[in-house]
Amino acid sequence: MGDDVTESAVRRPQVFPRRLRRPGLGAESTVAWGMLAPTLLLLGLLAVYPLLYALYLSMTTAQVGAPGRFVGLANFLRLPHTAIFALTLWNTVLYTVSAVAVKLALGLVLAFVLAQRAPGMKWIRSAVLVPWVAPISLSVLAWTWMFDSTFSVFNWVLMHLHLISGPIGWLGTPRLARFAVVLVNVWSGLPFFGITFLAGLVTIPQELYEAATVDGVGALGRVRRITLPLLRPVIATVVLFSVVMTSSDFATIFVLTHGGPMNTTQVLSTLAFRLGLATGDLGNGAAISLYLFPALLLATTVQARLMRRTWQW
Amino acid sequence: MVRSPARRALTAYLTAAPFVVFALFPFAWMLVTSLKKNNELYDLSQNPFLIRAGITWEHYQYLFAQSPFPLWLRNSIIVAVVSTAASVVLALLAAYALARLRFRYAEGVSTFVFIIYLLPTTLLFLPLARLVSVLHIANTLWSLIVTYPAFMTPFITWMLTAYLNSIPRDLEESALVDGCTRLAALRRIVLPLARPGIITATLFGFTLAWGEFIYALTFISTTSLKTVTAGVVVDLIRGDVFYWGSLMAGALVASLPVVILFSLFLDHYVSGLTAGAVKG
Repeated sequence: MGDDVTESAVRRPQVFPRRLRRPGLGAESTVAWGMLAPTLLLLGLLAVYPLLYALYLSMTTAQVGAPGRFVGLANFLRLPHTAIFALTLWNTVLYTVSAVAVKLALGLVLAFVLAQRAPGMKWIRSAVLVPWVAPISLSVLAWTWMFDSTFSVFNWVLMHLHLISGPIGWLGTPRLARFAVVLVNVWSGLPFFGITFLAGLVTIPQELYEAATVDGVGALGRVRRITLPLLRPVIATVVLFSVVMTSSDFATIFVLTHGGPMNTTQVLSTLAFRLGLATGDLGNGAAISLYLFPALLLATTVQARLMRRTWQW
Repeated sequence: MVRSPARRALTAYLTAAPFVVFALFPFAWMLVTSLKKNNELYDLSQNPFLIRAGITWEHYQYLFAQSPFPLWLRNSIIVAVVSTAASVVLALLAAYALARLRFRYAEGVSTFVFIIYLLPTTLLFLPLARLVSVLHIANTLWSLIVTYPAFMTPFITWMLTAYLNSIPRDLEESALVDGCTRLAALRRIVLPLARPGIITATLFGFTLAWGEFIYALTFISTTSLKTVTAGVVVDLIRGDVFYWGSLMAGALVASLPVVILFSLFLDHYVSGLTAGAVKG
């Protein structure tokens, strides 16, 4: 990942007038480092150091209260051979891919819906955003109650519509539990997709659509040939960002299913929590959460590339 | 082809309705559940959408008079306010340096902040749990006050850098030419101009801190020291099974502060959300 990436993303092309080249670029640089020092110190101590420490832990047999011994990559290599980890890794991929795909599709629809003009549209937009501001662990608690094995409101509705004959154990049935965690993740993540796509939509010049209409292009054609191509950089950014957030999601699954039933909704973060904290197996816990790292690295690299391209357009 | 404004508005409302219902239903459900008497709440023959037996405040009374909920609210306020204030100050300094000053490795620093911004908290909670215990702040509010800025500062720095870049430099430059120092220029010229951006950053920081879950769950084990997010989920449950009324009351009350802030500063949230994702 080149340095020019952030150059284009963060810093506008420098148009510093010559006269401002004050005698001390050295002085300016000192001021800059002085202003950055507290943040860099903080991030070094509480982000970089813990990351390296996690890397170290993952290569040991450390337990809570016992440093353990160095075993190199043994934890990483052994984990995929354990049934529970293999299942967890698969669940994480399934959860991430399906939730992001649904959020992408519904997010585009939502953006078009919210782009319509009508009195009070501002309030509709804000109503749709509420799931995204509310504390996730608490709103998932409401979903847990709505999926309750005995008192589920969904069961009541489905039974009264005569679609099911008896109550469904939503969170106790593997396939339904998987459906439920994805649904709840979509619920909390959709606003981010919808609003960001909406922001992208409104930057597309209206004349393009008008010209296309004059040329006899239909509504679907306009979406396919104008909206989607122009929205592509925004879509890519949001999707990659969401891959990182979704694959590392903890609260949704921890509150809704605790990874059950029979680990069918267990993901890397909840398994790392269970092994690392509940059973105190720090070495394996750290190794499990570090399996998230490749996804993170990939997303960061691609995202950085995309941003560079976006700014060149 | 030409449609009347009324029909257009109707289409807009009808297409938006499913999304609005989907988004707000869980909160409506919290409210309905929290106001229902237990005997109606757990009666399967009753229509769950209606409150027939009358509204009760018993779940709220339990929450505020008999449970540690007020303590959790207080803890959440302390943690969110202090960590947000610290993060905004740190991020403002860093963002100013990144947006305005020329120094070697500026791009490297931006890349670094961006990568840390993407680093999920689920990757760090285990080593941080060890770190806070080594620092002797485990099981205190400090463990959260100190660690929250580590994920808030990169985000806010990112947001503020984008914002500062959108402010013209002219005023500041003339002040500098007139002999103003960098810090004085930051305080007297940039701060007032950047106020909307700073408000947005503060709101986002507060929302992030208020909703944080995994650190709050991991670092603090004493019930009375928990924040609302962890407290309601883990410790509110009493001996008996029928606790959903107070759980939903707790979830609703604890969601209110951020939802109120959000409705008051709607435009700030929307601009920040899109700036964070599109520009950042």
